[in-house]
Amino acid sequence: MTVTENAQGAHEVGEKVILEASNVTMRFGGLTAVADVSMQVHDGEIVGLIGPNGAGKTTFFNCLTGMYIPTEGRVTLNGEELPPKPLKVVQAGMARTFQNIRLFANMTALENVMVGRYCRTTSKALTSVLRGPKFRREEDATISRARELLEYVGLGDSAEHLARNLPYGDQRRLEIARALATDPYVLLLDEPTAGMNPRETEETMNLIFKIREGGLAVVVIEHDMRFIFNLCDRVLCLVRGEVLVEGTPSEVQSDHRVIEAYIGGDDETEEDE
Amino acid sequence: MSRLEFPEATRVRHGAKAPVIALAGGALLLVSGLLSWSYDDRILGDISIRFYPAGIQVYAMVLGAVAIVLGVLLLRRPPWLDPGRGLRMLGVGSLVVVVVALVAIAAQTGGLINANEGVWIALVGALAVAVSGRLTPAVEVDVRTWPRLSSTVEILLIAALMAVVLFVTAYTLGLDDAGTFGCLLATLITLVVAAAAAGLGDYVGFIGANNRRVLILAAFVVAFLFPFTQNGSSANMSIATQILIFAGTALGLNIVVGLAGLLDLGYIAFLGTGAYVGAMLSQSAFATVGWKPPFVIVMLCGMTVAAIFGLIIGSPTLRVSGDYLAIVTLGFGEIFRLAMFNLDGNNGPDLTNGPNGIPGIPDLNFFGFDFGETHTLLGVPLDKFSNYYFLLLAFLAFVILVFVRLNNSRLGRGWVAIREDERAAEAMGVNTFGLKLLAFAVGASLAGLAGTIKAHVDTSVTPDQYIFLESAFLLAAVVLGGMGTVTGVLVGATILKLLPEKLRQVNEYRLLAFGLLLVLMMRFRPEGLVPSKRRQLEFHQQDEALSDLAEAEHLQEAK
Repeated sequence: MTVTENAQGAHEVGEKVILEASNVTMRFGGLTAVADVSMQVHDGEIVGLIGPNGAGKTTFFNCLTGMYIPTEGRVTLNGEELPPKPLKVVQAGMARTFQNIRLFANMTALENVMVGRYCRTTSKALTSVLRGPKFRREEDATISRARELLEYVGLGDSAEHLARNLPYGDQRRLEIARALATDPYVLLLDEPTAGMNPRETEETMNLIFKIREGGLAVVVIEHDMRFIFNLCDRVLCLVRGEVLVEGTPSEVQSDHRVIEAYIGGDDETEEDE
Repeated sequence: MSRLEFPEATRVRHGAKAPVIALAGGALLLVSGLLSWSYDDRILGDISIRFYPAGIQVYAMVLGAVAIVLGVLLLRRPPWLDPGRGLRMLGVGSLVVVVVALVAIAAQTGGLINANEGVWIALVGALAVAVSGRLTPAVEVDVRTWPRLSSTVEILLIAALMAVVLFVTAYTLGLDDAGTFGCLLATLITLVVAAAAAGLGDYVGFIGANNRRVLILAAFVVAFLFPFTQNGSSANMSIATQILIFAGTALGLNIVVGLAGLLDLGYIAFLGTGAYVGAMLSQSAFATVGWKPPFVIVMLCGMTVAAIFGLIIGSPTLRVSGDYLAIVTLGFGEIFRLAMFNLDGNNGPDLTNGPNGIPGIPDLNFFGFDFGETHTLLGVPLDKFSNYYFLLLAFLAFVILVFVRLNNSRLGRGWVAIREDERAAEAMGVNTFGLKLLAFAVGASLAGLAGTIKAHVDTSVTPDQYIFLESAFLLAAVVLGGMGTVTGVLVGATILKLLPEKLRQVNEYRLLAFGLLLVLMMRFRPEGLVPSKRRQLEFHQQDEALSDLAEAEHLQEAK
């Protein structure tokens, strides 16, 4: 067992590798957005992904979740290779949130989370029309699970509000609740605190710790360095599609190449989604 | 709304006079109904006699009575109503009604000289009502102060409302004079719009939502009672059967377009598929298939074949979306029609008799109950079309059941999620391709079911019944009524089928009027006549009051 230090104090990270990306490369024509990136995520680990704009972080997420088909490399979850289809990836147990919030704006918060339960429920057209006891049981279970998750992320009172009407920070948390509804092993968060004030950022950090306590591994993309270094067990710094540095927060924080990449890196292109 | 009102300063200064003017206008309208409107007793019913109101005079009196009610409400100012807005709409509508009556009198008798004192007084009254509405300052309606009635009263209210609906429907359909019909239509629209503007519409919707089951039951009872008001006359019943077929098919399309958000411009082909299956397996001497199963089997066959067609068309085409999907489905609709046109034995198997179609389809016979004969129930003769009407009512109930239950299930949520954001839906584990295919198949099978019955109602099936225009009309019914809702589509389908039948005198302008109607709708109410709250928000994003109202209703439903 490796013991890491972060804001929450000592935490034990499991030995078991949950998510493994090996030599993932993504090319768009002549542009290599992600070049030969490998990453391992262990049981109960929070991994941070940092890098300047256009470093390929979101592209890497898209490769992991099957939204892009990587040009090379493979992704395994619990030792099984993931097909590059978003649907299969979710079913296998990896869920994500989006950098630019993509909620179902005209559905209520509760309905949004209930959509997340879709892949864990089985009612077919006929059972939905006939409404037997099995359908009702499943529907009730879906609703109560969705409410539970809304409580969990602190949106218990907003269940019937339309997603579009929620404050910005709540929308980000609702996206997390929706992702959690798919019962994932690994949660990928793409800039979960973008646009949040310090208090909301703090709350989000506690929420992520809570999620990890629940046994999930979390991968976070974020530009807020204090957030990343307080939160993560391990940090990867991506520059121009390649892994520049990988290590504990303190290692990465003090690495001069990372500082150079951020301060001296004014020749970056704005490719990131 | 500012264009409809006087400047704020004027409204504040003269606002106190508004109720008085409204009451006076209403009284004038009431009195005008008792006076003579024209010297000529042959037009618009008979409106020449004093103290014997008929036709449009009665409508003027009804408008006047409503104006007086709103005027009194304006004096008492309940916080949950905005009688001023209602009066504004009522005034404008009344003006339209009176002007239409004036034009009709002038046109049919040869000059305004033939208009009598009554119509002029009505004009002044309508003007007064409009002015009073414009004089009232804007009011913030507080929906939380809706009066709560006991459930018995609410149910009685619904029953009364439904009785009015039944009476008005029967009365409207009984009219055969186009001028009077036009005035009545304008009156009805005015009343509905004024009630909605005053905030009554939302309140009625709220009561309806509290007593959902009662409302649905009452609506079906009214629909069931309708043939008994026709006294064996088949003219209106024939239209009514066509409306039911149209409405059922449009509801099927609503699954595809309204819920899943897939634009299908060839949907009529599925109705055609069902109709051809129904015709080919019928007892008709021209049927091309030897197998004559009972009708229940025929219905299942029609559904299955249409669903298979839906899957065949869907699996390759659903990889494209938006405009591309619309074009591909439009092409499919044409392919279907041309294929039916050509499968006459010369260019392939003889399945459809080509352009001649399959005529002579006999009436249905359920266990000795012949749909073609007139049966007498409770002393009221019920003709062929009434018999089919009852069958189609059951069909419509089935379609509504399927629609509502699918909508409120895992699948319905998946469909709406796809419509909202397909990529996000897929990333959240929604099987987008499978669900879209399912929407296509379910929609197609419902249309196929409608088609098998339609074959028997129409007694013949020919390719030219299934042209693109019909697909466009179906889509128009969905858009006009309100995508994703049941009530809206029923209303839309009724309007689109009923108006052309009743306005036969202006038949050549039918399509022009239809186009105009759609343009006006898209300008003033893009979300449809009876929109789902979701849709309404999509089109009025900035309207905060609307979001609050939607949330209030959601919270209410959750309780």
